[in-house]
Amino acid sequence: MAEKDILVRVENLKKHFPIRRGFLIQRQVGAIKAVDGISFDIHRGETLGLVGESGCGKTTTGRTLLQLYRPTSGRVYFEGEDLVDMKGERLRRQRRKMQMIFQDPYASLNPRMTVGRIIREPLEVHDVGSAKERQTRVQELLGLVGMNQHFVNRYPHEFSGGQRQRIGVARALALNPSFIVCDEPISAFDVSIQAQVVNLLEDLQAELGLTYLFIAHDLSMVRHISNRVAVMYLGKIVELTDRNTLYSDPQHPYTEALLSAVPIPDPEVDEKRGRIILEGEVPSPANPPVGCNFNTRCPKVMQVCREVDPEFKEVAPGHWCACHLVG
Amino acid sequence: MSTLLSVRGLETRFYTQEGAVQAVNGISYTLDEGATLGIVGESGCGKSTSVLSMMRLIPSPPGKITGGEVLFEGRDLLKMDAEELRHVRGNRIAMIFQDPMTSLNPVLTIRRQLSEALQVHMEMDHSHAIKRSIELLEVVGIPQADERIKDYPHQFSGGMRQRVMIAMALSCNPQILIADEPTTSLDVTIQAQIIDLIKRLRDEIGMAVIWITHDLGVVARLVDRVNVMYAGYIIEMGPVKDIYGRPRHPYTIALMGALPRLDDTAHERLQSIEGLPPDLISLPPGCPFAPRCDYVLDRCLTENPSLDSVSGDHMAACWNLDATLGYQRSSR
Repeated sequence: MAEKDILVRVENLKKHFPIRRGFLIQRQVGAIKAVDGISFDIHRGETLGLVGESGCGKTTTGRTLLQLYRPTSGRVYFEGEDLVDMKGERLRRQRRKMQMIFQDPYASLNPRMTVGRIIREPLEVHDVGSAKERQTRVQELLGLVGMNQHFVNRYPHEFSGGQRQRIGVARALALNPSFIVCDEPISAFDVSIQAQVVNLLEDLQAELGLTYLFIAHDLSMVRHISNRVAVMYLGKIVELTDRNTLYSDPQHPYTEALLSAVPIPDPEVDEKRGRIILEGEVPSPANPPVGCNFNTRCPKVMQVCREVDPEFKEVAPGHWCACHLVG
Repeated sequence: MSTLLSVRGLETRFYTQEGAVQAVNGISYTLDEGATLGIVGESGCGKSTSVLSMMRLIPSPPGKITGGEVLFEGRDLLKMDAEELRHVRGNRIAMIFQDPMTSLNPVLTIRRQLSEALQVHMEMDHSHAIKRSIELLEVVGIPQADERIKDYPHQFSGGMRQRVMIAMALSCNPQILIADEPTTSLDVTIQAQIIDLIKRLRDEIGMAVIWITHDLGVVARLVDRVNVMYAGYIIEMGPVKDIYGRPRHPYTIALMGALPRLDDTAHERLQSIEGLPPDLISLPPGCPFAPRCDYVLDRCLTENPSLDSVSGDHMAACWNLDATLGYQRSSR
């Protein structure tokens, strides 16, 4: 089988945030291991979902991938080129191809800029097109996200949250990127607006051939929009497979517990499901457990789990898992 | 099952510079002993405001309860004097909120806050109150309760703080627990723990629960009956299986269609509802959902329908119920 066109390749990526103490002289006394050695590919044209609960490292992964944070170690290849090695102008030019949509539509738009200026800014920064061409492009982008072209002279505060998110999407598309990291783009919204934003993202993907990394904690929505899903826990990916297999044949005990915890809006179906209620809480990423990160809460824990960190390996074609019980 | 709570025609307004916000517009429902009711709807629909109104927790000004009655044990909560109300609130009817950090006093220990409710409402002496407080923390699953009781709220995680809130709410064996979005800010596995806890306690104590949320998944798992709210009105109400299996109001139908389901195999497009909820300061005449409704008739624009029975105790407020009769959730 021919290898699918791999747009992004991540190899053993780590992002640790140092914890420093000291008054006159700061010493590093520890580190928050937000992302602690993850590897995966994103195929051109697909949506890879990245899901997990608070503190699992999914947002940090998205930002480190785009080099908004510089990795502590590991590699990120975009279209075959190593982003980690790139600096300055070279990295800046690569940035045109990879963009981000943010969680908070209120915080991610400059309240003192008009909508037109906000969407035009990426074009100005990268010196693309003449003034007239930029104007035309802004109109085009507003149309793409389903907004009235007369909105160019309005300010963000005049719009609802859902509309602001559309503005954020238009801005992300300005430079014609091939890859977009969507960092919790819908968590701030009500159900009916979430559906609007997700439908828009799906339509744009079909129309423009976009590739998405879709980061969210809502497993139902992630499953809906993604082709494949990666589940993260405390800085590591515990399982990665296609959307259907994740649901029908989860291998990792954390994935099973997560699936069981997600309510299904159908009382007849929901009451027939088994329940796995996890004990305790997530350990601190500054002090992850020895061995498997999940061993403090795993219902199937064995002695080896408390000593040896399981390898993330392919246990079936296209199905990756990090667990001593599997493979 | 006897009726514990009876809400009739509750109406609340907020008077602002731009005009009067019609937050709650004449809602009526009952709650039986031991029953669990879910009140669902999106932001601004009035679900939180309606229960805060019932409990007389609306800041006044600018808020004002402009109509209706809320009968609890034969007495109208809206007409009680301060003394009577204090005896009910926190005691016979307890509330827990979304963000425990704002409901717990950050400068007092948990021990102090928990025992306070017991001493005030149950007239326990100090040492009994402490003992009972530790028991309550154990009941809600706080490990090493006798040690942790000396901690301050910020020393607990979000899920633990919510458990402490539940312990406080239950301390006086209330007949009704009102939970306003208690798990919205929690991770899904912690949410599952909290829901499990509430169910167990509810079954053990036999208390009634009103659970307010925008999360239609949580409600399916927990409640017997559902009230669906929109623009300050209850637009549909009924047994949970009816509301999910045979929704009749176009808004409920649209809401269900907008939800992704974990057990979806066919990748169907989500149904989005075009437009936005109405401005509660200038609600148009007629049905509040008419401008966004797929089944709208001329009549809907001028006359606001009231709740009509569709079958048994399943009711919906719609002029075009004939059109939604055939609606069936597609099996996925």
